Amino acid sequence: MAVIEVDNLTRRFGNFTAVDSISFAIEQGDIFGFLGPNGSGKSTVIRMLCGLLRPTSGRAVILGHDVAREAEAVKRSIGYMSQQFSLYNDLTVFENISFYARIYGIPRDRISDAIEESIRTVGIAPYRKRLARHLSGGWKQRLALACALVHRPKLLFLDEPTAGIDPVARRDLWNLLFDLSGRGVTFFVTTHYMDEAERCSRIGYIYFSKLIVCGSPNELKQLPEVTPKDTVRLELRCDRLSAAMRYASTLPYVRDATIFGDSMHVLVDVSGAGNLVEAMESAGFGNATMASIDPSLEDVFVTLTRNREAA
Amino acid sequence: MFRGLFSVIYKEIFHITRDTRTLFLMFLIPAMDMIIFGYAIDLEVRNIATAVYNMDGRQESRELLDMFANTGFFRIKELVHSEAELNAAIMQGRVKTAIKIPPDYTDQLVKGGSATFQVLLDGTDGTVAMQALQVVNAIALQKSLHVITQTIQTPEKLPVEARPRVLFNPDMKTPNFMIPGLVVVTMQQVTLMLTALSIVREKEQGTLEQLMVTPVARLALMLGKLLPCAVIGFAETVLVTIIMVAWFHVPITGSPVLLAFYSLPFLFAALGMGLLTSTIANNQMQAVQLAFIFILPSVLLSGFMFPQESMPTVIYWLGQLIPATYFIRIMRGIVLRGAGVWDLLPQAAILTVMGVTLLTLAASRFHKTLD
Repeated sequence: MAVIEVDNLTRRFGNFTAVDSISFAIEQGDIFGFLGPNGSGKSTVIRMLCGLLRPTSGRAVILGHDVAREAEAVKRSIGYMSQQFSLYNDLTVFENISFYARIYGIPRDRISDAIEESIRTVGIAPYRKRLARHLSGGWKQRLALACALVHRPKLLFLDEPTAGIDPVARRDLWNLLFDLSGRGVTFFVTTHYMDEAERCSRIGYIYFSKLIVCGSPNELKQLPEVTPKDTVRLELRCDRLSAAMRYASTLPYVRDATIFGDSMHVLVDVSGAGNLVEAMESAGFGNATMASIDPSLEDVFVTLTRNREAA
Repeated sequence: MFRGLFSVIYKEIFHITRDTRTLFLMFLIPAMDMIIFGYAIDLEVRNIATAVYNMDGRQESRELLDMFANTGFFRIKELVHSEAELNAAIMQGRVKTAIKIPPDYTDQLVKGGSATFQVLLDGTDGTVAMQALQVVNAIALQKSLHVITQTIQTPEKLPVEARPRVLFNPDMKTPNFMIPGLVVVTMQQVTLMLTALSIVREKEQGTLEQLMVTPVARLALMLGKLLPCAVIGFAETVLVTIIMVAWFHVPITGSPVLLAFYSLPFLFAALGMGLLTSTIANNQMQAVQLAFIFILPSVLLSGFMFPQESMPTVIYWLGQLIPATYFIRIMRGIVLRGAGVWDLLPQAAILTVMGVTLLTLAASRFHKTLD
């Protein structure tokens, strides 16, 4: 049984369509990465799936419960971590977790076990008596996760859980998600980080209220739309990279050129690929080398976005 | 020294013009306040509700009553037929003045004796009572002069004499009148703000959204927020009442238990107003501005500062829509006049209807969704 089943889900605010008939399904144990530019409708989708906003049309079934008709049943079985830290700053770590444990109605004889397990899972025991306001960004997110986990939901919604926290804390948090995923918890995560997207088992990309693609990272990289027939994707290294990129873009057989760190990714016609290194050298960009590569997820999203913009 | 001044001003203009809700409240509320309160703030006293027990009933006595009505100061509201009714009217706060004309008033006038009439003044509002006293004496004097000019021989004493008696606050001390009202306004202020801010703060911090995705029942969430505010609001009332008695020496003439009991419907009303504010405001700034919509009328239109009877009709009726109006009456009734359960039942009943309506209205606007 699918954990989330979304069918033509639509939400309008007045004349504005924030979410335009999107459909997808998520299986148990998936880490579903939900990506898209800011304002494309990500948070609106999450809020509808959590029963916070009513869909204008279409339907969504979460763990067997329709979000429009059984919002409260949905709320009992999911956990939710919002974009902004939204716990009580003037309560301690322990007090925050035990408040949520009670709100979720965990029976009295199991409540302290549930709280302790939650504390152990996220490893926040050393800070249990600290006020939430005195935690660093990474620990705040762990606390939020502990609160969202305390009633042992089968499905967790995380809205940009790693926004604004440092790389180490970010990696730790993801390791935690993998642990939980291994225990059968399903995740619905939004993010802007491509490396995080790579870690997801499935990805949906929403752009201007519409779900453009949905699939595993590998499936997305193989999309014909991303690497059209008769083109190849190459990694090109040479001197004076930014000038080189501008020049490469003017070549007739180069479809697209984007800088990635100390190299650039170019999409070229198969017919022109052999000429590229020579062309760069003769234009004065020395030390040119190239290698064939698979598209990265960023390539996928940039290409898809540009295609939509052109259309 | 002023480098960047215009850049800052320019930026500030964007902030102000883009928060249209705050801008709207900032201009609309003061404009409304000025117009409404401009009419309410008037120290001239008019239309003081008056009850009459006319045991004489003849031409002369009616002329005397006409003189009262013609001053514009008194408005004869009730004609009663017994001493008990007269006392009840004043005790229940329906009237502030009671005139009693004895059966032999006309007889005394005719035979050139001394005609007297009795005036009972509710002294709780010292300022009004003092003015009323002067007007009553002036009426008696004027009537006397009128009689004297029509007779030949000079009388030994004034032919018409008023016997005024100030009840409840015989020294007509203003603090005794103002402080019970202040207790009411303070209690409303604290309860309303506490309720509104405790909810709006959670809205602002996003914790309310977090709560909305939990299975907490809508009513449980609402009552969970309201009950602690109610307890604090009630404790606050007890505290300011103690200050009133112990510090300002305004004793509670009636029953403190009754006062506590009758404060409950007002507490509901204040909680309802706070909850209503919180369902409209999106941030604490807006909540504070909206709260003023409730607070200013409770100060200016409720009879706390200015007698409601003297206000223009429309403003008077606006005042009757404010919960504080009724609780101020209850408070003054119990504290100053020693009024009992039955005397204040009508006020308490209206207040209960208002409290329940406000709470129901606010509760119906409090949702567990973001739509």
